[in-house]
Amino acid sequence: MSGSTKAVALACALGLAACDAFMPSAPLDEDVLDGTIEGMTASQVGQHIAGDEEFGRVFAVADGLGPIFVAASCEQCHAGDGKGHPAFSLVRFGRPGIAGFDPMPAFGGPQLQHRSIPGYPAEAVPQEAVGVSTFNPPAVTGLGFLDAVDDATLIALADPNDMDGDGISGRLQLHEPDELIEAALELERRGSPDPDARGTLVNGRYIGRFGKKALTVNLLHQTVGAYQQDMGVTSDLLSEDLFNPASGSRASDSAPDPEVSSATVANVVFYLKTLRVPSRRDQGDADVLAGQQIFADIGCVGCHVPTLMTGASEIEVLDRVEFHPYTDLLLHDMGPELDDGYTEGRALTSEWRTPPLWGIGLQDSFQGGQAFFMHDGRARTLDEAILLHGGEASGARTRFSGLSAEDQARLIRFLESL
Amino acid sequence: MNRSRVRRHAPPRFSMACVALAAIACGAAPVQSQVDSTLTQSGLYNRPFIGSVSSTSVGGYVEGNTNYFVEDGVTEGFSMELRRFNIFLFSQVSQRVRFLSELEFEHGTEEIALETALVDLRLSPGLVLRGGIILPPLGYLNQNHDSPRWDFIERPLVTTDIIPSTLSEVGFGAYGSFARGDLVLSYDAYLTNGLGAGVVANETGRTDIASGKSEELFGEDNNGSPALTGRVAMRHTSLGEVGLSYYGGYYNDYQVEGVQVDDKRWLGIAALDVVGEVGPTSLRAEVVYASIDVPTGLAELHGDTQWGAYLDVLLPVWRPQFLGYTDAVVTAGLRLEAVDYNRGTFSTTGSAIGDQVTALVPGVSFRPSSGTVFRANYRYHWATDFQGNDPARRAGFQVGFATYF
Repeated sequence: MSGSTKAVALACALGLAACDAFMPSAPLDEDVLDGTIEGMTASQVGQHIAGDEEFGRVFAVADGLGPIFVAASCEQCHAGDGKGHPAFSLVRFGRPGIAGFDPMPAFGGPQLQHRSIPGYPAEAVPQEAVGVSTFNPPAVTGLGFLDAVDDATLIALADPNDMDGDGISGRLQLHEPDELIEAALELERRGSPDPDARGTLVNGRYIGRFGKKALTVNLLHQTVGAYQQDMGVTSDLLSEDLFNPASGSRASDSAPDPEVSSATVANVVFYLKTLRVPSRRDQGDADVLAGQQIFADIGCVGCHVPTLMTGASEIEVLDRVEFHPYTDLLLHDMGPELDDGYTEGRALTSEWRTPPLWGIGLQDSFQGGQAFFMHDGRARTLDEAILLHGGEASGARTRFSGLSAEDQARLIRFLESL
Repeated sequence: MNRSRVRRHAPPRFSMACVALAAIACGAAPVQSQVDSTLTQSGLYNRPFIGSVSSTSVGGYVEGNTNYFVEDGVTEGFSMELRRFNIFLFSQVSQRVRFLSELEFEHGTEEIALETALVDLRLSPGLVLRGGIILPPLGYLNQNHDSPRWDFIERPLVTTDIIPSTLSEVGFGAYGSFARGDLVLSYDAYLTNGLGAGVVANETGRTDIASGKSEELFGEDNNGSPALTGRVAMRHTSLGEVGLSYYGGYYNDYQVEGVQVDDKRWLGIAALDVVGEVGPTSLRAEVVYASIDVPTGLAELHGDTQWGAYLDVLLPVWRPQFLGYTDAVVTAGLRLEAVDYNRGTFSTTGSAIGDQVTALVPGVSFRPSSGTVFRANYRYHWATDFQGNDPARRAGFQVGFATYF
């Protein structure tokens, strides 16, 4: 290389370096939730990106949005893959019936679609509804790990009759077999190195694990349900478009069904499976470590189980991996404080599936700078959220109230580090 | 064809034009001037510009640039684009009639559009009738969008996203100006087919006025109610110009086959534009406010009010004389701009809806002559999402050129 060429190369390098100084740097991993699990192959990253694009796709009327819907894209509800803003909360309703809880399908239930395409009437909660519950959209990070936990693990964690006497009696959400559940389980079994590890029948029913009341059995089930119920977008597994019964007609949008292909659904499911788990912050801080111990001591870990293990997975980075979601994926009675009179499956109206706590410290970063805790965002601080825990969590709540102010602060510091 | 034949086909007089325009406006068939005496098969060559001393001019402009942007540490790398290649045709058809068209090719042939095709009939400086595919006089840029006139590579966001420049619509109207001393008062008033239902039914998930543009609207109005555009401006020969403009019309398909099937939904855009000079410094600014009647089912998600503004400050810093150029100038510029796509608040939380962009664009341009510009920009912008979370930061460098030909 000649002297002048070297000089030009050096000038270019300096120029590029100067350019970089003017460019916005990437946020720290610990400050955001998106990103892939480390160790994925290039091909897997490519499929993750394809799913990411579909996750961010805004549906137009011509694409099949609606005619009634809650959001026009997955990302509107799960901005930055975090817990959603209350503007995109779901409302579900129903009433007690003779043969169990009535989700009021004749009134458009159980889910309200309060938005609609132009010229079509949006839904309203019918006056006949007795139980009405608001669901904040959950964060979607780390879902692949939860999806990959074997049914046997959940069965082992369940203690419906509180045989260990700790006052906590986690129950499995169980669903009657239906065409959709069986199709979702069958499709996910294909390619699995251990196809029998998930989709286990317990007393003739399938285990639910995703959703506030564990309504869905796996991420495919969850995804096609969200496409249909949240965006009014049909897929191969749920090809019937929504309509507002109050409109007097079953006619809905004019886009041909299914409105998304099976490949699109598969890419989004893969994207959800391969989102990394949230990074911890200040993990080694003395107060955080003390708070972690207090969290265990006062019994929070009875439901918010710190560590789980995935089963065999065809995605290598999810194959038999230990992870720390702080959930047992089971239903727990949370008492009258959180009883909205609404339920799904065999859960009581006061029962909720334990939400994972990972990422809870970043929640305000995805909810417009303010945090809205609990299933409907009713708590504005972590202290307030803890004090809303009743039922099986009453003991832990009482013990939290009995802590010194310093120890309460340490516990909160620990939660903020998740 | 000979000259006399051209004269024989000269456009009708003012009174006939008024009758024709009035007839068109009322929906009646246009008045036929006279029976053509040539063979039907000769029609292709029976055109005034053939075989005559042509009064038609051909021109245009071309612009291209490089892009290197980084958003929150992620870049798609370096790329280049030939942004526009536009061809103008102009003809002084007769003493009082002139024709202008602009055919635009964006990104090669990715998008081809007939942006302008209009005929002016000048009755006096104070009254010129215009019809065809026109550029509604909303703000400053829409009628002055040629890239070589600008010292920044990107158009200001408010002029593309709220005023959806280049906004060209089929319609007719009148304009004129009146001078007294150093002052010139001008006006414009037009009726056009207006924007369509895409303003809210679009792929952006927000109120997007630009999505209301549609090729189909060049052929037929979507709702049978024309939009109105008006602008009044005052220019001082040494200070500059201040203009106030308004565009309004029903945008949705509220009727089908004459039967009303939806509420009428109004879209109104008001703009204040200023162009002037303070000493050696040139200033350009527009402030735009839009009010959109959004269907109840999309309330909050789609903004019912939007606003935006930009300010360009340009200062000539060097006038080099080289390569035979005597009017070359190097200019330093700074643009400040902001757009809020949804000015509302959340009914659930009471907090402000985000969905806004703020940007800072320093740049430098070099004009060897007034019709050609080479320019380099650095752009840094902050985009807040709908939820109002911390803004995504995007920055980058662009280098480009634009020239008339």
